[in-house]
Amino acid sequence: MSLDVSISRRGFLKGGAMLGAGLVLAFHLPATLKRLQAAQAADAPAKEYPPDAFIRIAPDGTTTILCNKAEMGQGVYTSLPMLICEELEADWSQVRVEPAPAAIVYAHPVFGIQMTGGSTSVASSWEQMRRIGAVARTMLVETAAARWNVPAVDCRAENGFVLHGDRKLAFGELAEEAGRRTPPASVTLKNPKDFKLIGKATPRLEGPDKVSGKGQFGIDVRVPGMLFAVLARPPVFGGKPKQWDSAAAQAVPGVLAVKAVAGGVAVYASNTWAALKGREALKVQWDDGPNAGFSTAAQRVEFQKLAREPGTVAVAQGDAPGALKTAAKTLDAEYEVPYLAHACMEPLNCTVRVDADAVEIWAGTQFQTVDQGNAAKIAGVKPEQVTIHTTLLGGGFGRRANPASDWSNEAVEVAKAMPGKPVMTVWSREDDTRGGWYRPHWVSRLRAGLGADGLPVAWLHTIVGQSILAGTPFEAFMVRGGIDATSVEGASDLPYAVANLQVDLHSPKSPVPVQWWRSVGHSHTGFVVESFVDECAHAAGIDPLEYRRRLLAKHKDPRFLKCLNLAAAKAGWSRPPEKGSGRGIAIHESFESVVCEIAEVTQKDGRVQVTRVVAAVDCGTAVNPDMVRAQIESGIVYGLSAALYGQITLKDGRVEQGNFDDYPAVRLSESPQIEVHIVPSEAPPTGVGEPGTPPIAAAVGNALFALTGERHRRLPLMPVAKS
Amino acid sequence: MTTVEVNGQSREIDAPGDMPLLWALRDVLGLTGTKFGCGRGLCGACTVHLDGAPVRACLTPLSAAAGRKLTTIEGLAPAGGLHPVQQAWLDEGVVQCGYCQSGQIMSAAALLASNPKPSDADIDNAMGGNLCRCGTYGRIRAAIHRAAGAERSA
Repeated sequence: MSLDVSISRRGFLKGGAMLGAGLVLAFHLPATLKRLQAAQAADAPAKEYPPDAFIRIAPDGTTTILCNKAEMGQGVYTSLPMLICEELEADWSQVRVEPAPAAIVYAHPVFGIQMTGGSTSVASSWEQMRRIGAVARTMLVETAAARWNVPAVDCRAENGFVLHGDRKLAFGELAEEAGRRTPPASVTLKNPKDFKLIGKATPRLEGPDKVSGKGQFGIDVRVPGMLFAVLARPPVFGGKPKQWDSAAAQAVPGVLAVKAVAGGVAVYASNTWAALKGREALKVQWDDGPNAGFSTAAQRVEFQKLAREPGTVAVAQGDAPGALKTAAKTLDAEYEVPYLAHACMEPLNCTVRVDADAVEIWAGTQFQTVDQGNAAKIAGVKPEQVTIHTTLLGGGFGRRANPASDWSNEAVEVAKAMPGKPVMTVWSREDDTRGGWYRPHWVSRLRAGLGADGLPVAWLHTIVGQSILAGTPFEAFMVRGGIDATSVEGASDLPYAVANLQVDLHSPKSPVPVQWWRSVGHSHTGFVVESFVDECAHAAGIDPLEYRRRLLAKHKDPRFLKCLNLAAAKAGWSRPPEKGSGRGIAIHESFESVVCEIAEVTQKDGRVQVTRVVAAVDCGTAVNPDMVRAQIESGIVYGLSAALYGQITLKDGRVEQGNFDDYPAVRLSESPQIEVHIVPSEAPPTGVGEPGTPPIAAAVGNALFALTGERHRRLPLMPVAKS
Repeated sequence: MTTVEVNGQSREIDAPGDMPLLWALRDVLGLTGTKFGCGRGLCGACTVHLDGAPVRACLTPLSAAAGRKLTTIEGLAPAGGLHPVQQAWLDEGVVQCGYCQSGQIMSAAALLASNPKPSDADIDNAMGGNLCRCGTYGRIRAAIHRAAGAERSA
């Protein structure tokens, strides 16, 4: 019935090490997937994958792939099955996908926990999933060969069958017996020229469910006897309830209970509406705690001051301060980007049932292993007694991978107060917007010294902002010497040829919890670095595309120039933009992919309209090219919403935004025409979920400068006025 | 008890009259295809058709639907089939996370029912209330033109 797929983890890691061949194994900032793979390859313990972990083949041939990554729009429910089935030679029309349960066998091959993030799903599964498919295919072929009593080498698999001469056996007829065979010691993967699925635009497997309303997101989970809960949370981070009066809340029809739990006061009801009404009626007096006076305005002043003091050095090449002093021309600029909420379309929610010796969780999570372990601690059970049903995610963008399991822990606490009852904790949009775990607020000071040829001879960048990784499970291998790799990524690895480079960092603490937000550190460095290099180009009187070409001419990685030139050609850079329109360019490497974006903008009565964006991406092998294009389009629109409107501000300790009126996102009429061009490549795949985001704010800002002569160094460009 | 014709079937809904249709559909009838996004009519994820017109279910009280015909994403197409808008959505590869798409499709279907050949400006107006954080707008526009028979590329 089932197919036994066992394979050595060491094998994958060796594959990973091969990806990183030629790199120095010592730790370098920033910590990219390739470097982590390489660093871990040496000492990873061998580990066998148990039977049935990833593939189930039913007697009727239905092939179910258990996907160990969460589907949040990035297309992983299609791209990972494609990798397996490329080698398995399954009949794609018989392929289904299901979420894998939470179990360590589904751990990320590099990070060692089950998780979806860092634009690593396809890149880190590239070897693993194809090998799993190849092992399974080999076992099916050997089974058929044994039945026919012919050598396995004379048989081949194709489209769900094993073939020998004019005989054939369907996978469904072989699977049960194949599952009892010993897996092969080694398998050989296909030559890319023989790929049938990889590289072919393949519609997403869960698409029909999503257009018909059948797809089940976390908020759609329905379990018999379930309750709905909302939580009154402290309005100030670090606050707690002092006293409360629940009489009016209890009187709301449908409200079943009001209880104080860790994190606030929970209102339990038979439906979401009653829970929300009950919370409105609830009277809570809060102890605001030590952060009642916090404001982002004061934080800005603090950060600006720090930006003028030397920080911890992340990279120092040559003598940047000395070269600055003797440069023919110098530039000095300060940039700032605000806290940002992820604002997934599906507000946070999590359904939990806590029993004496078991916990069951239904949630769209990017972080199963972390959430499982934390739930176990709260409920006093073992991690393996915590079952997680991963649903579809109505957007993730990093928010559903919380290093402290903030929202799942809270839901476990809420359910623990109602033992044996499944309880869905639902967040309103306002809860979600004000709940913290934002992209950090960053201030950067940049200084450049230009030589006689106009190119920079010195580049100094001081970064100020909270560390995302401090205190998380990732701290051990991604924070070194006081440098959080994600704070400086995209800045300390400046691709431009500058002889004297210095990047330093201040990581002040703040009561506002921060988290990765689509493209993490690159979400600020992409804007800052690519805006400032544009300033240098204009100061030198050199065309910004030409300036970048000169600075990248000797780069050892040819992808930069390829992307730059492809985008420029497709955008028609050599022709002036239409009258009343400005054009700007930005290029940035993140998650090991390079993306160049050229934006065209108009401006009327202070309103910025981005009319067109041309993007060129080099992401290695494009496993599912249309999904790659969709992800770059998505990254652009997500980054554009932030560039135009996104900001979370706090005053008197309280978040000032709440819903899509004061935390707006780009709407259809504001969405540019986007063209995505993929650089052909046979290199292993690199990230696509995030790399579209970092360049867009700079491309737009640079286009505005070209149009108006005004340089935008602070985002958002069109902040919503406070009432 | 409020009687509403939901997707062609008369349903008795046991909920307070001031409960928004959104929660009556999702939590009382178990029709979870209609999504909660903002609760204030700002995002369009909860768009349904009331007597054929698009409304935001999060702002429409159950009492306002009494005796009227309500269509949700689950009832947009005949059983087992796809509405032309849903087919166009698949053909253009519109969906990503998919959470907003029930509302997008309901808004698009309502637009095409009243305006079979919408211009880009018509689409901007009709779809302006539907947010998508995945940024599928270019494909939404293309899919609406496709469903309208224009088959324009994005």
